Amino acid sequence: MSLIATQRRVRPPRRRARVGRREAVQGWLYASPTAIFVLLLFVFPLLLVLQMSGSDWPLLGGNRGPNVPDNFVQAVDNRFFVDSIVFTLKYTAVATVLLIGLGLGLALLVQESSRWQNLLRVSFLVPSALGLASASLLFYVLYSPIAGPASGLLAGTGFTFLGTPNAALFSTVFLIVWRFAGFYMLLMLVGLQGIPGDLYEAARIDGAGRWQTFRSITIPLLKPTLALTTIMCVTGSLLAFEQFYILTKGGPDNSTITIVQLIYSVAFQGQNDLGVAAALSVMALLALVVINMAQLRAFRTDER
Amino acid sequence: MHPFHRRGARSAVTAFGVAAAMLGVAACGVGTTDTTEEAVEVSAEGTDDGTQLTLWTRAPLEKQANLLVEEYNATHENQVSLTVVPNDDYVAKVGAAAGSGGLPDLFAADIVYVPNWVEQGLFRDISSNVDALPFKDEINQGHLAAGTSDDKEHVLPFVLDLSMLFWNKELFEEAGLDPEVAPANLEEYAEAAKAVQDLDKPGVYGTATGLNCGGCLVFTWFPSIWAADADVMNAEGTEALFTSPEATEVLDTWQDLWDSGAVLPSSRDEAGPTWTAGFTEGNVGLMFYPATLLSSTPFDAGVAGIPGPGGGASTFVGGDGIGISKDSENAEQAWNFLNWMMSEDAQVEVLAQNNDVVSRADLANNEYAAEDPRLVTINEVAAQGRTPVALNFQQAYNAPNSPWLTLVRDYVLNDGAGNLEQNNQQITDILSQ
Repeated sequence: MSLIATQRRVRPPRRRARVGRREAVQGWLYASPTAIFVLLLFVFPLLLVLQMSGSDWPLLGGNRGPNVPDNFVQAVDNRFFVDSIVFTLKYTAVATVLLIGLGLGLALLVQESSRWQNLLRVSFLVPSALGLASASLLFYVLYSPIAGPASGLLAGTGFTFLGTPNAALFSTVFLIVWRFAGFYMLLMLVGLQGIPGDLYEAARIDGAGRWQTFRSITIPLLKPTLALTTIMCVTGSLLAFEQFYILTKGGPDNSTITIVQLIYSVAFQGQNDLGVAAALSVMALLALVVINMAQLRAFRTDER
Repeated sequence: MHPFHRRGARSAVTAFGVAAAMLGVAACGVGTTDTTEEAVEVSAEGTDDGTQLTLWTRAPLEKQANLLVEEYNATHENQVSLTVVPNDDYVAKVGAAAGSGGLPDLFAADIVYVPNWVEQGLFRDISSNVDALPFKDEINQGHLAAGTSDDKEHVLPFVLDLSMLFWNKELFEEAGLDPEVAPANLEEYAEAAKAVQDLDKPGVYGTATGLNCGGCLVFTWFPSIWAADADVMNAEGTEALFTSPEATEVLDTWQDLWDSGAVLPSSRDEAGPTWTAGFTEGNVGLMFYPATLLSSTPFDAGVAGIPGPGGGASTFVGGDGIGISKDSENAEQAWNFLNWMMSEDAQVEVLAQNNDVVSRADLANNEYAAEDPRLVTINEVAAQGRTPVALNFQQAYNAPNSPWLTLVRDYVLNDGAGNLEQNNQQITDILSQ
């Protein structure tokens, strides 16, 4: 009697558990393609980099066993460590201010001008169709004092686009603005179109001027878009590589070495030490996580 | 809610376990680099049985590599498939392949990197076969020495590239210089450059170089120091010697040339890709220039060894060495290629016929060289040339942010002669690591 009662009490949950388990298996099957990719392309390389950063690992010699924390000490002692951080932050600040400002400006321009809208939108967006490396090569030729179209004019003045540290920085920033302004314009445009038109109408009826409307309606309602673009732009600029690798190679006089370039040169151009390069990567990764968390938090509290 | 959490945790553990297991497998694959590679001891001729061989080289030597491989494939059962890698990516590609055990049967390396790569065990020891070659003493000694570790040879010269003084005879004549006589020393070189500059022809400059290209500067400026009987490093390659009076004289000459405006202005930022373009286009009076470009120089150019302050002549015996890789399973067939490459058939009928330098001294005066006296000059100067040997050569000199580049740019461009001592020490610091 008591046995039957127990059985009766137990059976329904067991059936439910079986159904639940089948659902769980099904769920895992659905998730497995993504899980496998994440595992293969993210988790596994990440663990490999962590292992490298703690090992004596020359490029040509392979793994020679752990040596914590030598790689980190060497990475910090690298003669370009501080310079590359300072330069990367400087470049990030310049690029982010210009790209966000110009992206927003162009978006407003395109939105306001109803007649030329399509032409403007296409002409700003076309550079985005070009890969960054190809764009860098294109500008390498344009800036070249031998092959560039302006070489004849510049020959007399002694000015070269990539000749001095500041010229090299701003020539590269110009390339980045040319390449990405249209892309950020598009993101801003989507954000702008999400703002209901009646809000502007109400503001106009209340007698608000253009500047007031922009400050009190456009900017607050555009905040999610601004957050997205700023995070993308800051992260992208902190990881800048192709443009400097192709245009300046870190020159002139080692004035334009970014962090990722430093990692690359430690790994493949001379020192050939994957361990130290991995240690630099790990530090860059941690810094990025912290910076992104701070940015997300800043924008989140504002939203509330 | 709760089961989800627990399951999540469990799966995370599983995922970590799988990843860790894979890491272990990968670590084994990557980590077991055998430094005690087996020596290659095969028959003198090697084996020609129709095996498919792989060979890697870097882009600057594409022309010579193609000629050699085509001729070998046409005359042998074995077939070599050639992969040409862009210069800047070559070290990374070889490094990745070496780590994963995927090196080709044969691969060439910039001769200045060879000592390091031999030390890292990328090349197999081929000394018993090299020692058996009847003409061993005639093979270019600089290349052989670079690939020798513990008295065992690991590489043979693949293509020799020498730096020579080239001058544009037409511009020399216009400037009132004797087009048939080379400047005898570095002072005369500077005077000739200024004379061509004084023609004041638009777009024409006295001389040119690659002031943002460590490799170019090594290749063209080291010989001036050697020509003055000084050296750039100590014998072990662990100490830089650029504070010597001979080295400072060379640097002073170039600083004076730059200040006088006789150097092609784009030389300042030239990182390598177009460093010879000005001369090839006929817009530069005279220049230290790679001898491999002799056949593609379209006008009448004179050729001589690179002079030093006060005279002398020398050259940088560069180019690539080639050896059998640690991962090759076809060592017998690979040796067959190397053995043929050193033969008279390959050296004279392929390299010399196409105006390239032979790597055997006994073949220097061949029928093709006799037709062009400039080739005889190049072959003769090759004997006085040197190949510097240092384990950390790439990091100290060739890398885009090398201290050598800082030293030259500080001295010549930025009036930083006062930093010479300190910059020289920076190079020594890296060399002695």
